[in-house]
Amino acid sequence: MTPPMPLLATSGKRDVPPFLRLRGVRKRFGGVVALRGVDLSVHAGEVIALVGDNGAGKSTLIKTIAGVLRADDGDFFVDGNRVELATPHAATSLGIATVYQDLALCDNLDVVANLFLGGEMGRGPLPGLLRRLSDPEMEREARATLTRLGADVPSLRRPVAGLSGGQRQAVAVGRALLWGSRLVILDEPTAALGVRQTAQVLELVRRLADHGQAVIFISHSLPDVFAVADRICVLRLGSNAGDFAVRETSSQEIVAAMTGSLPAAGAM
Amino acid sequence: MQPVQAAAELSAGHSSARPSRREQLRTVLAGDLGPVPVLVGLAGIWIFFQTQNANFLTARNLSNLILQMAVVTVLAIATVVVMTAGEIDLSLGSVTGVTSALLGVLLTNDHWPVAAALAATFALGLGIGALQGAVTVFVGVPSFIVTLGGFLAWSGLQLSLIGAAGDLPVNNGTIAQIANAYLAPSTAWALAAGCVAFFAIVELARRRERRGAAVGSIRPLVLVLRVCAVAAFAFGLVVFLNTNFGVPFVLLVFSGVALVVGWLMRRTIFGRYIYAVGGNAEASRRAGVPVAVVRIGVLAISGLLAGLAGVISTSNLYATSAGVGGSILLLEAIAAAVIGGTSLFGGRGRVYHAVLGALVVASVENGLALLGKPASTEDMATGVILVLAVSLDALNRRRRAATGQ
Repeated sequence: MTPPMPLLATSGKRDVPPFLRLRGVRKRFGGVVALRGVDLSVHAGEVIALVGDNGAGKSTLIKTIAGVLRADDGDFFVDGNRVELATPHAATSLGIATVYQDLALCDNLDVVANLFLGGEMGRGPLPGLLRRLSDPEMEREARATLTRLGADVPSLRRPVAGLSGGQRQAVAVGRALLWGSRLVILDEPTAALGVRQTAQVLELVRRLADHGQAVIFISHSLPDVFAVADRICVLRLGSNAGDFAVRETSSQEIVAAMTGSLPAAGAM
Repeated sequence: MQPVQAAAELSAGHSSARPSRREQLRTVLAGDLGPVPVLVGLAGIWIFFQTQNANFLTARNLSNLILQMAVVTVLAIATVVVMTAGEIDLSLGSVTGVTSALLGVLLTNDHWPVAAALAATFALGLGIGALQGAVTVFVGVPSFIVTLGGFLAWSGLQLSLIGAAGDLPVNNGTIAQIANAYLAPSTAWALAAGCVAFFAIVELARRRERRGAAVGSIRPLVLVLRVCAVAAFAFGLVVFLNTNFGVPFVLLVFSGVALVVGWLMRRTIFGRYIYAVGGNAEASRRAGVPVAVVRIGVLAISGLLAGLAGVISTSNLYATSAGVGGSILLLEAIAAAVIGGTSLFGGRGRVYHAVLGALVVASVENGLALLGKPASTEDMATGVILVLAVSLDALNRRRRAATGQ
């Protein structure tokens, strides 16, 4: 895993290749063109905010990265090597984890069970699904992961139904971390949260990056974006409409790029 | 019997960070009552019948109660497995009937050896369950419909197997033993001691495992108290039942089933997946849980257990008949599971609680029969208790939702 690195708000000009780079990604659904050749790159330890109006192509773009949708055209590079992201499994095995808005948690299971769902630690002489759950080890790992995330989860043995929105988000992100992902894509993680929980989730995102994870963060809330992102990528009508270092831009400039009152700055 | 996970064990922290009394109290008040409601209900029912008829709480009647509850208990366990995964098996009664019929035909008409006949009977139950599971998964018909079809089809097959007479005597000594034999006092003592030792060893091993992983483990005192409680229960039961004919063999059969299925549900990866699929099938699928395998698996287990219920029924009657598995047996099994806290919507259910639920259903039946009430009264009482139990659960859940738990 990449060690934490100093967070420079540059537009990705570094010696190491970006963890993930997209070039000229196109996608159309019948007559509707969703992506018209989008470029994007994200480094380890960097938080990219993906913003844009409804229909700008944000969701389509992350689905092509997650392997849920297959791009019609375009190249994907991981660590500088060209890769295919044809299936969710391919994306996961390259270290790309996606946390969708619905979080995909089992409300009736406890925190430990949710963190390890689908990848339980087992032991014992019986084969496959009949292996005994190694609950103590999983609990220890779960605690370590949540501590790394700085997540404040009251009990690991309570059903997640009883957790707050921010805590649930932490569990979903914890899954990504536990499974050794290097890029975490968060789809509107703060959309349904109150002020305090939003702050918790933003803190979580920051910590992910501090641990050397690359993060792509989709949001409609510009204050959230400015609070946590290193770089802001604006999409408009399926094309790049600007790429801004947070320290060198303003909300007005971002809104202008989103609505198209700025000339598209395809600076990658 | 495996312990119900006590609040003390569900510790939040390292061994120092056990939940405080207040935290435990909060858990209880927040609605995680475990087996308490069904135990309270059971105590109420027993006290009521004891005041009505002093013969109710005698060794002899408890012995009868154990014999009467065996079939419903096995089917209630099957129901917990299936319903926790978010499916349902309406064919349980019919499969009990058809497996019983097959056993009777093979033994009485075809003179098969007992072992072969039993193997064929269990294979039939397992096969029917797996078939229904496969149709549910691969064709995409809800299990409600598949097993409703099965409910009709298998009882038709049962009738055609038994033939025009409508019943068939089964005079096999081995089969008859299952539901009618009692353990010799010395065997019962040895078994009780073995159970207590086994429980203590398992508890100690789990404690050592948790300590090894540096996660919260139960206090030694709690462990000792638990082992003592199990010992008191096991030896008490043996003493009490030995004042009559002894411990019924069938108690071992359904306790063993409860132990194995309880272990499967709570301690294995397969069991974890049963809860996961019942809780959120889509999330499970995305997490890589083999949802199809789980669904076929639970229905196959259900079929296998119905086969066992068929064997016990046959033993009980010394015969098989068109009536085996019929009437309201299926509904009693579902009632027992639900009284034991199994959720109709999946994701929640405990095998041991369902055994207590079956004990409630059987107690009502037994108690009313003892008072000389007709079957009509039994049905009405069971119905009322079922709705009452589910209402309490619904209220409890609403309160839980309100307190944010």
